[in-house]
Amino acid sequence: MSKFLTRRTFVTAGLATAAGASGLGAAVYFADRDGLIPPDHAGIVGVGETLTYATQRLLTSRHSLAREFKRSDISKVAPVNGPHPKDEKYLAFLADGFKDWRLSVEGLVARPVSFSLEELKRLPAETHILLHACEEGWSYIAEWTGVRLATVLDLVEPRPESRYVVFEPFANPNQSGRVVRVLWDSIDMADAFHPQTLLAYGMNGEALPADHGAPVRLRLSRHLGWKNTKYLSRIVVTDRRDYYRKSRGTWYGGI
Amino acid sequence: MISEPSVEATVKTVSVPRHIAIVRITHWIVVLSVLGLLVSGIGILVSHPRLYWGETGSLGTDSLIDLPIPFIIGPSVWNRPFHFFFAWILVLSGLIYVAGGFITQHFRNDLLPAKAELRWNHIMAVVAEHLSWKRPRANAVGTYNVVQRLTYLAVVLGLFPAILWTGLAMSFGVTSVFPMLATALGGHQSARTLHFFFVTLLLLFAVVHIIMLYLAGFWSNVRAMITGYIPQGGKAR
Repeated sequence: MSKFLTRRTFVTAGLATAAGASGLGAAVYFADRDGLIPPDHAGIVGVGETLTYATQRLLTSRHSLAREFKRSDISKVAPVNGPHPKDEKYLAFLADGFKDWRLSVEGLVARPVSFSLEELKRLPAETHILLHACEEGWSYIAEWTGVRLATVLDLVEPRPESRYVVFEPFANPNQSGRVVRVLWDSIDMADAFHPQTLLAYGMNGEALPADHGAPVRLRLSRHLGWKNTKYLSRIVVTDRRDYYRKSRGTWYGGI
Repeated sequence: MISEPSVEATVKTVSVPRHIAIVRITHWIVVLSVLGLLVSGIGILVSHPRLYWGETGSLGTDSLIDLPIPFIIGPSVWNRPFHFFFAWILVLSGLIYVAGGFITQHFRNDLLPAKAELRWNHIMAVVAEHLSWKRPRANAVGTYNVVQRLTYLAVVLGLFPAILWTGLAMSFGVTSVFPMLATALGGHQSARTLHFFFVTLLLLFAVVHIIMLYLAGFWSNVRAMITGYIPQGGKAR
C-alpha cells in the first residue's frame, strides 16, 4: 500500500462517508416529515428553493404575520399584470355580478362544499391592509376584504394527510379563443391556515375589480403577487406531491 | 545531493506565502456567486427599471430614479430562482469566510489597520500614491496598506451585509418576523433602491480592485489568490 493511502485512512474515510451519508439521509427524512422540503426540490434551482423554503418555515413559526398598514397608506394606483378573462362564460358571470358563480372546495376533505358568492360573504369577514409586490419590483398597498381560507377549510375538514391546497381559476382563453394555459397554483397547509390568508372578494372597500381577480382571489400576505391566484373557481385539497405547478420557475416562490 | 536542497531553499525564499486557503477558496466562490447574482439581478431589474422610495411604487406613481434601461416585459422566470441559488452560495461561503477569518486571525493580522497607520496624513499619503498610478513599493508587497485594509474591511463587514440586509428586507417571509429590517430603511421600495445602490458600490469596488491588480501585476496577483504564493519576483497586493 502506498504511503498516503494506508488502511487506517481508508477505513476512516469509509466510516466518515457512511456517517455523513446516513446523517444526510436522517436530516432529509426529518426535514420532509416536518414539511421543510418543497415538491420541486430537485435540480440546481431546487437547492436554493429548498434552503429558502426550509429556512422560512423554521424561521417564521408558520403563522408569523406580515406587516399591516394604515388606511392612509393605501395606494392610489394598483396595477395588474394581465387583464381579466375575455371568454363568454366569464363575461356573462361579470355582467350579472357572479350570481350563478360557485366556488367548489373538494379533494381530500370530509365534506366537499360548493359556495356561492353570497354564501362566502355570509362567513365571518376580515379586512387586512397589506403590501402587494410583483416579482418585477413594483408594489402597492391595498385593503382586502374576504373570508379566511382557514374558516372555509374548517368547514370542509381536510384530512390529516393533506399537504397542499390547489387553486384553480377560470379557464383563460387567449385572443384567438383557444385555452392556452390555466394559471393554477398551490400552497402548503402552513400558508393555507395562515391567519392573513384570505379568499378576498373586496378591495379598498368595494367589490373586487375584475382585473384584480373578481369574483374571488387568493390573497397571501407572505408571497409575491403571482402566487395570489385570481378568478377562483375550484379549490382542491391534496396529499399528492406531484400535483403542483412551477408558475414562475419554482413552486414556493416565497422570497 | 548538494544541489537539491539548495534549489528548494531558493524556491522557498522567493515564493512568499500570501493568502491562506480559506481566503482563496471563498474569494473565488464569492466572485462566481456575485457574477451569477449580477446576471440574474439585472434580469429582474430590466423588467421594471425604475426605483422608488418608501413602501410602494409602480407605473403611474412618482419614481426616485428612472434608469436608462428599456422595460422588458415578461422577463425569464429563472431570474428569481437563480438569484436565490447564488445568494445562498454567497451567504454560506461568506459565513465560512467570516468564521475562518476570526479563527485564523486573518481579520486581525491582514485587515485590521495598525493604530499608528490610522492617522489622516498617512491615509491621504497612501491615497495620493495610488492616485499617481505608481506601482507599489517593494517593501509594501506581501501586506496590505492602510487604505486596502480599510476598504476590504468596509466591503466585508459593511457592503456585503448591507446588500444582504436590503435583500432580506424585500422578503415578506423575513419581514413578517423582523419587520424592522424594512421599516428602518423606509420601506419595501427603499430597500429595493438601497439594494441597487449598495450593489453599485460593490461594482465600483470591483472595478477599482481590478484596476489596482493591473497596476500591481495582474497575473502574479491572480496566481497568488489561487496558489497562495506570490510567484518568483512577483508583487502581490
